[in-house]
Amino acid sequence: MEKTLSVKHLIGIKDLTKEDIELIFSQADEFKEVLNRPIKKVPSLRDVTVANLFFENSTRTRLSFELAEKRLSADVVNFSASTSSVKKGETLVDTVNNILSMKVDMVVMRHSAPGACQFLSQHIDASIVNAGDGTHEHPTQALLDAFSIRERLGGVKGKKVAIVGDILHSRVALSNIYCLKKLGAEVMVCGPSTLIPKHIGHLGVKVEHDLRTALEWCDVANMLRIQLERQDVGVPYFPTLREYSLQYGLTKEILDSLPKRIVIMHPGPINRGVEITSDVADSNQSIILNQVENGVAIRMAVIFLLSQRRRTQAEVN
Amino acid sequence: MAKVTLIDSNHLRLIINRLCYQLIENHDLFSNTVLIGLQPRGVFFAEKIVQNLKQIAPNTTVNFGKVDPTFYRDDFRRSDKTLLAQPTDIPFNLEGKRVVLIDDVLYTGRTIRAGLEGMMEYGRPQSIELMVLIDRRFSRELPIEPTYIGMSVDSYDNQKVKVIWDDVHGNKVSLQTEAE
Repeated sequence: MEKTLSVKHLIGIKDLTKEDIELIFSQADEFKEVLNRPIKKVPSLRDVTVANLFFENSTRTRLSFELAEKRLSADVVNFSASTSSVKKGETLVDTVNNILSMKVDMVVMRHSAPGACQFLSQHIDASIVNAGDGTHEHPTQALLDAFSIRERLGGVKGKKVAIVGDILHSRVALSNIYCLKKLGAEVMVCGPSTLIPKHIGHLGVKVEHDLRTALEWCDVANMLRIQLERQDVGVPYFPTLREYSLQYGLTKEILDSLPKRIVIMHPGPINRGVEITSDVADSNQSIILNQVENGVAIRMAVIFLLSQRRRTQAEVN
Repeated sequence: MAKVTLIDSNHLRLIINRLCYQLIENHDLFSNTVLIGLQPRGVFFAEKIVQNLKQIAPNTTVNFGKVDPTFYRDDFRRSDKTLLAQPTDIPFNLEGKRVVLIDDVLYTGRTIRAGLEGMMEYGRPQSIELMVLIDRRFSRELPIEPTYIGMSVDSYDNQKVKVIWDDVHGNKVSLQTEAE
C-alpha cells in the first residue's frame, strides 16, 4: 500500500494515526540531512505559495515555519494581526478568503481562539497547518518534541515523559499527550492542582502534584511555561510566581540529586528562574536547542507531505 | 498481464561482470572515481556492481554513495503517487571527482535529471558518467544517454520493465505488458 498522510490539514495530533506520525518522522530525517548540507535548500515546492497568518504573537514558531518554507523553495507571505485589517473588524473567513484569492496554496495559522483552524478548514479549500490555536493544540511542537526524544533516546515507545507546569492553558501539553500516547510512551502531568484540568486522567495520563516524585519517575521532563497571558481571570491560580517557582521550578540541585540522568525539554519561550533555572536550561542534559533545530525539519516534512496530498485529492475530484 | 523474462540470473551475472570490467578499463584504480547509486532501486544494482568489483580487483577501494532524487523531481504535485524521500548518503566530497551514476532502468531520463541536480549540491565533479542495467530506448523525454548499458530494450509505454533483486530465488529482469 502506498504511504501517504491520512489527513488534508494538520489541525491537531488527535486526527493523526501512528503511521502518519512515523511517516512525518521518516521524512523529517531526510530534511534534517538537507539542513546539514552546505546548500540547505531543495527546490521541491517552487510552485507553492504559503501564507503564514499569525493572529497571536510568536517568534520561534513563525521563524521556524518561514525557514522551513523557504528551504523547500516555497513562496512565503506573512501576515500579523496587529498590522492588518483585522483591527478594522474583518472576520476570519473574510480575511483568509481574501488572501486565498491571491492564489495561495497553503495556510499556516496561529490564533488565540481554540478551534479556529478547525473552523477555517470547513470554509476554505487550501490545506491548513495549525501553528497553535489558543489552549487547544500545537501539533508541530508535539511532533518536534517526540522527534527530539526519538533522536536522543533512540525511540519513544515505552519511554516515560513528565510534562510539568501549566497544563490547563497549554496547547503544547495536549498535543504532546496525544502524540506521545500514540507512539506508545507513558505520560505523566505534574503541576499545582489548579493548573491541571479535571478528568485529564481520561486521556490515559498519570497525574502528580509533587515535582520530585515526577522527576524520579520519568526519563524525560518537558518543562512548560506559566502562561500568565491566559491567566487574567480575577482569581489567581497560585499565590505568587515565587511560590510556584519554589515548588515547581527545576533547579540544578534537584536535577543532580536524582538517581538517573533525565533529559530536559522546554518548548520555549523560557522564563529563566521560574519553571527552569539558567544552569539547567544550559546544561548538557537539556535538548532545548536541539528541539528548535528539529522544528525546522519537522515543519518541512509536514508541509512537503501536505502539499502532495492536496494535489492528489484535487485530481481525484 | 503478460510477462516475459528478459534477463535470468546467469545472464545478469555476466552483464554485471562485463560492466565491472568496462569500469576498470576506464577508471583503472578508482583513485579519483566514485560510484553513486540512485535511490531507491538503483542502489541495489550499484551494490551488486561494488560487490563484484571487490571480487575482481580486491586491492582497489571503491567509494560508494547514494543520492535521492525526490526533492528535485519535476513531477511533484503533478504525479498521482506520493513522493517519499529516501536517505542521501554521500560521505565524501564530490569536488573534482569522476562520478559514475548508477540506476537500474533508464526510461524518460527525468529521474536521472533530478538525481544529477541533487548530486551537484555536494560539489562540482570533474565528470559524470551514467551506468544503467536496462536502457529503454526511444522513450527519452530529455537529452540524457547512458555511458554503460547492461541491455537495451525496445518497449511500449504500456509495458513495464521490472528488475527483481532476490538472492535466494535468483535475480531477474522481466518485461510486463498490461492488458489493454
